[in-house]
Amino acid sequence: MAPPPHRRPGFSRKAQYSLFVTYVAATAGTLVAALLLSISVVDPTGFAALRTFGAETTAPIARIFSALRVSTQGITHNASAYIDAASKNVTLEKEARANRSKLIEARALRVENARLRGLLKLTDEGEQKIAVGRLISSTASSTRRVATLSVGRNYGVERAQPVRGPAGLIGRVIEVGPTTARILLVTDAENLVPVMRVSDGLPAFSAGLGNGTVLIKPLNLGESPFRVGDVIVTSGNGGLYRPNIPFARVIRKTSDGALAIPFADPGNTPYAIVVQQYQGEARAAQQAAAPDGKTKEIKE
Amino acid sequence: MKIPVTAIRLPTRPGREYESRFDREQSLLKMLAIPIASVIVASMVTTLSIFTAEPLLPPFGLLMMFGWRLMRPGLLPLWSGIPFGLMDDLFSGQPFGSAGLLWSLAMLALEIIDSRAIWRDFFQDWLIASLLITAVLLGGLWIAGLAHAAPEPSLLIPQIILSILLYPLVVRICARLDSWRLAT
Repeated sequence: MAPPPHRRPGFSRKAQYSLFVTYVAATAGTLVAALLLSISVVDPTGFAALRTFGAETTAPIARIFSALRVSTQGITHNASAYIDAASKNVTLEKEARANRSKLIEARALRVENARLRGLLKLTDEGEQKIAVGRLISSTASSTRRVATLSVGRNYGVERAQPVRGPAGLIGRVIEVGPTTARILLVTDAENLVPVMRVSDGLPAFSAGLGNGTVLIKPLNLGESPFRVGDVIVTSGNGGLYRPNIPFARVIRKTSDGALAIPFADPGNTPYAIVVQQYQGEARAAQQAAAPDGKTKEIKE
Repeated sequence: MKIPVTAIRLPTRPGREYESRFDREQSLLKMLAIPIASVIVASMVTTLSIFTAEPLLPPFGLLMMFGWRLMRPGLLPLWSGIPFGLMDDLFSGQPFGSAGLLWSLAMLALEIIDSRAIWRDFFQDWLIASLLITAVLLGGLWIAGLAHAAPEPSLLIPQIILSILLYPLVVRICARLDSWRLAT
């Protein structure tokens, strides 16, 4: 299309000035946006209130669509379950028989574990659920992996609380609104999770790659000790996530670690459970007694 | 009252096919609100319950803004990238101000392109939009990397391809909205 006539204002002073003003406004606005950006880069929590407002206003629509999605998933799941019911029944019975003996062993181990803990006078409060919600949306167009949870301050959700699903760890709360909360998923590059290999307790760190997988890096140097299929759980180091929350399964070995897929898929998680910090008081005390008195928890 | 129809900002003569007819005036509200609302609603697509493992959802707000801007030059004012971008930042999860800056720079770039390449067809518009979409997405990744740890740029390739391929569809939607906007 030809350029519109507004770029050639002719002899009209008014038109010339108003054209000039738009250029000035555009340049000034760009500078203001750059300033806002630099503020939010320096202090990422600065505009949390605005984002929370955005999430709160769109939450009702998102809730409806989320409910719709869950019910359609349920319908297709039920239909497919009817179709292959017989063969599934056989395999499930086989599995149940195999699991029964393991279950008994696990029960015995639990009793033994409790007895040993009693001997060591280790106090370990149980997992405290704070609220159960549903993931209603995610930032699917941005490189940041952040999801919105359908419960917020009204259910006692606070910042830096871990969020888990039935299958495993989902992430942690980074911003809280009145009825919604934003969750930094474990697949975000910013989210570091202390983990361990479940078979031998090999300590490692997990960092998201932003593409649905996480990179597991062992603490000790040397060749990667992981094998495909290794199961990774949280280790409880740092006091945020409690130990033994299922985390991820290794799919590929890299030179200095391993690639793993988290067990909890946010798109396929019926419920998300906000739980108490593992050792919240100890964490707070440690941060209060930081050596220089200034070190604080890094906000994101 | 004679109402300008093709430009929000400056009264210009409308095309003959969009002129108000006898006893029928175009609704000023519709003419102003449809382009603005369509871009904002397109930005809000991320609040639907769509979960992707990687950034895959195209930036629909940006596509919509480019669609309006390239289909009807002069309709959106030069500074409109800033408010649209800041609105998008509320929903995208990027650091606040990221889209405000990038979209505004894209609008300025389009203004410069408009003064250089005057007669263009749709495919040239598509090429321009593709280059700008790529630039904005990579810029968004770079800005996210300033504030937080950021993943590899190669992660964006599927999203860039999807966005470029969806651009003609978004222009069709803009055209339909435009004929509704200007209907008497």
